[in-house]
Amino acid sequence: MTDSRADKAPPGQGQPVYLDYAATTPVDRRVLNRMLPYLTNLYGNPASRSHAYGWAAEEAVELAREQVCSLINADPREIVWTSGATESNNLALKGAAHFHKGRGRHLVTLATEHKAVLDSLRDLEREGYEVTVLPVLDSGLVDPAVFEAALRPDTVLASVMFVNNETGVIQDVAALGAMCRARGVIFHVDAAQAAGKVPIDLEQLPIDLMSLSAHKIYGPKGIGALYVRRKPRIRIDAQMHGGGHERGMRSGTLPTHQIVGMGEAFWLARETMAADNARIEALRERLWAGLSKMDSVVLNGHPQQRAPQYLNVSFNYVEGESLLMGVKNLAVSSGSACTSASLEPSYVLRAMGRSDELAHSSVRFSLGRFTTEAEIDFAIAQVTDVVERLRAMSPLWDMVQAGVDLSSIQWAAH
Amino acid sequence: MAYSDKVIDHYENPRNVGAFSAEDEGVGTGMVGAPACGDVMRLQIRVNAAGVIEDARFKTYGCGSAIASSSLVTEWVRGRTLDEALAIKNSDISEELALPPVKIHCSILAEDAIKAAVADFRSRHPVGAATLVSEQPACASSTRTA
Repeated sequence: MTDSRADKAPPGQGQPVYLDYAATTPVDRRVLNRMLPYLTNLYGNPASRSHAYGWAAEEAVELAREQVCSLINADPREIVWTSGATESNNLALKGAAHFHKGRGRHLVTLATEHKAVLDSLRDLEREGYEVTVLPVLDSGLVDPAVFEAALRPDTVLASVMFVNNETGVIQDVAALGAMCRARGVIFHVDAAQAAGKVPIDLEQLPIDLMSLSAHKIYGPKGIGALYVRRKPRIRIDAQMHGGGHERGMRSGTLPTHQIVGMGEAFWLARETMAADNARIEALRERLWAGLSKMDSVVLNGHPQQRAPQYLNVSFNYVEGESLLMGVKNLAVSSGSACTSASLEPSYVLRAMGRSDELAHSSVRFSLGRFTTEAEIDFAIAQVTDVVERLRAMSPLWDMVQAGVDLSSIQWAAH
Repeated sequence: MAYSDKVIDHYENPRNVGAFSAEDEGVGTGMVGAPACGDVMRLQIRVNAAGVIEDARFKTYGCGSAIASSSLVTEWVRGRTLDEALAIKNSDISEELALPPVKIHCSILAEDAIKAAVADFRSRHPVGAATLVSEQPACASSTRTA
């Protein structure tokens, strides 16, 4: 098999064990091999209609469009290439809101969306749009009744993430989309974390706009796409002007090699998704079984309605950043404030009703195509070791062991 | 985030982790911070008859910089009188550990832990000592700078 598994040293000797596939993934070697000729020999501009260089590039771009569509069951004419899911989200939200501003100025989303959605909507708010940000249940799912009640006659667009990037929770986009369709509300779905992980059939799903990314599923960074439905036709205003590429929706010379990589990555995902998912889910359950042997370990997110690649865990009485600092041979990410520039802990976990301290104690493990059982066992041993060490120096753990109820303490800092 | 060598050293080899019995005659206990803010420090000092801190212990829930700040403070307060201990400033701590601006609040918390431990000791041994109420920073307070 042509993958990077063979390149890896045993866990603990060499590069850290990578369990951060939700952040990004390595480019699959099969993808890389397809990309390389388009950087050297086949370097034409796909927009060049007058010579063979251009024709070859255009052919590759159109094949990639079909490959992307093969994973999501869409028409190639519904794909607009972008620089990634962040741009796709910006284009979808601002593009649809601007085009339809005469119809209404109300937009709906969830508190657990990616910042690319929340910040785009905040920007629209400054332009005079009204944005409703809905709460989610403790499971991370939105209550469909709450969603439906938020749709008003002047609602133009609703945006909901398919698979959450921190918890892997899968929203019921079929049901939510049907509510939008019945009211003529445009339904945008951020599927950056969903493509290649959960089945997506756009002939069945009432989704109007959908954001896609290549680097989350073993393609290169810097390339993504926006799905724009043709039937019924969804109209958006371009946000990038100059040349009228991509049927006027997104100008700019197409990066052929990136697009070829995205196409191949999506094609591979279509072929390997079922087998990958079964294997990865078993590894994820092995990880959870190992970690949950410790006391006061809490799973974040719906236990079933969750993509198999994700495990978000709070290790109570241990602060997340100090845990990450200890597991030097693991590459994972933390919902703790201290890891980021902001000092607020994960807004996603807070929106799910998790206390600040549980949010501060959270770690996201995300598994992928090249994760092995040996790596999972190594991760369990490392995390267990560090959690025990840090709890031994945690005053909170001390008090809990002595039977003190932490909520009964008047903490000074508030 | 890159940590300084000193922070890593204190994180990996924390000095004086543990606890004294808070009821002991010569012990002062200070606990500062809050779980919701992501850091709680408990600093304990053992003071001898001459009014000198002869030993210190800490336990900290918090990031590596918070652990390092409290570990460092247990080393620094030893052999000092209470007033000398109170002279330790957060800027001394952040400088020694080369804390980045986003971690200054860890050093502020450590300074507050000293104040709280000294205040606790003095409240139980009121020999004309001024009562010192520690100033607790809010979450991520950076009102005092290095």
